[in-house]
Amino acid sequence: MARIMLENVTRRFGLVIAVDNVSLPIIDGEFFALLGPSGCGKTTTLRLIAGLEVPTAGRVHIGDRDVTGLPPRERDVAMVFQDYALYPHMTILDNVGYPLKVRGVGRREIRERVGEVAGFLQIAELLERRPAQLSGGQQQRAAVARAVVHKPQVFLFDEPLSNLDAKLRLEARGFLKHLQHELGITTVYVTHDQAEALALADRIAIMNQGRIIQVGTPLEVYRRPQTTFVAGFIGNPPMNLVPCRLEVGVDTAHLVGTTFRLDLTSLRDRLALTLRDGEEVILGVRPEHLTFCGQGDSFAIPAETYAIQPLGAECVVILLVDSTTLSVRLFTGEPPQQTGRVWVGVNPERILVYRKSGELVLG
Amino acid sequence: MRLVRLVLARVAFYLFVTLVAAFFALPMLWLVLTPFNPRGTLAAEIPSPATMANFRLVFANAFAMRALLNSAILGIGAMLITTLVATLAAYALSRTDVPGLDFLIYALILFSSVVTGTAAMVPIFLLIFYLGLIDTLLGVILVFTGGLLPTAIFIMRDFVEGIPRSYEESALVSGATPRQMFQDVVAPLVQPGMMVVAIWAFVHVWGAFLIPFILLRSPTSMPASVAIYSFYTEAGTPIITLTSSYALLFALPVLVLYLLVNWRYGFRFFGGIKR
Ligand SMILES: Nc1ncnc2c1ncn2[C@@H]1O[C@H](COP(=O)(O)OP(=O)(O)OP(=O)(O)O)[C@@H](O)[C@H]1O
Ligand SMILES: [Mg+2]
Repeated sequence: MARIMLENVTRRFGLVIAVDNVSLPIIDGEFFALLGPSGCGKTTTLRLIAGLEVPTAGRVHIGDRDVTGLPPRERDVAMVFQDYALYPHMTILDNVGYPLKVRGVGRREIRERVGEVAGFLQIAELLERRPAQLSGGQQQRAAVARAVVHKPQVFLFDEPLSNLDAKLRLEARGFLKHLQHELGITTVYVTHDQAEALALADRIAIMNQGRIIQVGTPLEVYRRPQTTFVAGFIGNPPMNLVPCRLEVGVDTAHLVGTTFRLDLTSLRDRLALTLRDGEEVILGVRPEHLTFCGQGDSFAIPAETYAIQPLGAECVVILLVDSTTLSVRLFTGEPPQQTGRVWVGVNPERILVYRKSGELVLG
Repeated sequence: MRLVRLVLARVAFYLFVTLVAAFFALPMLWLVLTPFNPRGTLAAEIPSPATMANFRLVFANAFAMRALLNSAILGIGAMLITTLVATLAAYALSRTDVPGLDFLIYALILFSSVVTGTAAMVPIFLLIFYLGLIDTLLGVILVFTGGLLPTAIFIMRDFVEGIPRSYEESALVSGATPRQMFQDVVAPLVQPGMMVVAIWAFVHVWGAFLIPFILLRSPTSMPASVAIYSFYTEAGTPIITLTSSYALLFALPVLVLYLLVNWRYGFRFFGGIKR
């Protein structure tokens, strides 16, 4: 168990900057997710912690040690690879016992300790098999078993669930979270699936193009995305982002779109602090903070229903507003009565306002 | 009418195929039949009565037996060095990014066919002579190894590149030293490739005539491929009974090796191993 510190870490591959001046403190014992789109540098960051990559600049600390130049075996970490990397020529017993074998643990004790974790991970009866004879879910558990068997200080996961089918993935999610809770080992978990990150992590770092955009608890990044990139990445459906213009009067404020005019007078002073009258802004609002309402409401936007997606417990309605789309999430599960031309109301307490360049200015 | 024509065409085709097959099968037949024939003949005739006398003669011939042993030493020596060095080299080459590497290897392969070929015989002889390795088995082994290595490295590199890097990285993160990683993970996985190279090298050296013929002087260091040319009477006619039974003995190890490989790896052997 140990904290991890990345200090201004940069990793270049030729002209590509895979990781760009990243500084991250990861707290002892926490479940930390690295989330971002494909190619944003998540895997490279993880490999920098594991010691499989050497930073071009910056330092890496694990616990109280500076491990920047140390090879992987001196870092006391364990990693679960996306393809699991179970050695095809070894039995599961030998696979799981491998970290112990290279540490010079005796045959007898290896068997004992592998038996222990295998029981815990429910692969005890598979130990004599080869990896090819296991299902995807079993392989994943075997790979996790190999990672926990020598009780490392740090756990690293690189998209360990992406090779599983949807149902198994949900199962494995619960299992991983439970496991991490039981063991209390500092965990860094790479994923491009925002739902997975929200469900699993204590804290999430959202990456884009090699940089960390925002770090926070799942609720923080969900409620107050610092940029429109994060807002559009997190949530399913993601946050609605509507371009509009701010009109600030002496004691009035309005957000003006082509077809609507929202009265934000109550927020006038806060808006006027950072934004100019007539400035182009982006209105951000989560689909669950939109409701159907009557015409003429001062927080209402006229729209056209486009598609209705009943999901059982809830219902997602896609609306057309001018040329952009708005998603509305209804928790009743009942599809809305009216279709065609409708009005949606915005809860002014829940809106976020971003600059055109993407930073959050109000919310 | 059409049916008759069709049948006739078929019959003609099979006749032709049979003739071609017989043409190529005859020497094989001779190789298998003549050693058991008390009369040395160049015709492939069924031996009557079949006899083991020819083999008794060969086994009693110390020179012939010594030559088989020499062949084994050459074959196994060159096989071991080639396989070991090629595996390590291929691994190193495939896991580092060296610009122009492919070109270098192709150039080496091109030149290696010269090294073991006739054209380089004089320089090779001089080199081995100045190294003081004339008439030693070691000299022959080294020449063969040098000639086989580029192609062996090329073959091995394909096998090494078929191993996902995550296996090795996983071993490193698990706490293995680079040597442990190579021993426990890489070596077992490239083993089929090592088998290919080993057998290919052995067969190549076992059957080679020119290099040992030139580099070896004394009768006690001759390999079988050279020794077989010494079964002549004083008059200069070949002793067919001896030659044929010795030829069969000489062919056996190679046959056994191929059967072994086939049994272990099936026909996929040279088409790349699927895991
Ligand atoms: N060994 C390498 N050589 C050259 N470029 C590399 C190398 N490894 C990564 N990159 C580049 O660095 C960038 C970040 O790669 P990385 O694998 O970290 O992304 P990622 O976030 O894990 O993406 P994904 O979700 O697709 O796995 C990419 O542009 C990639 O092409
Ligand atoms: Mg990745």
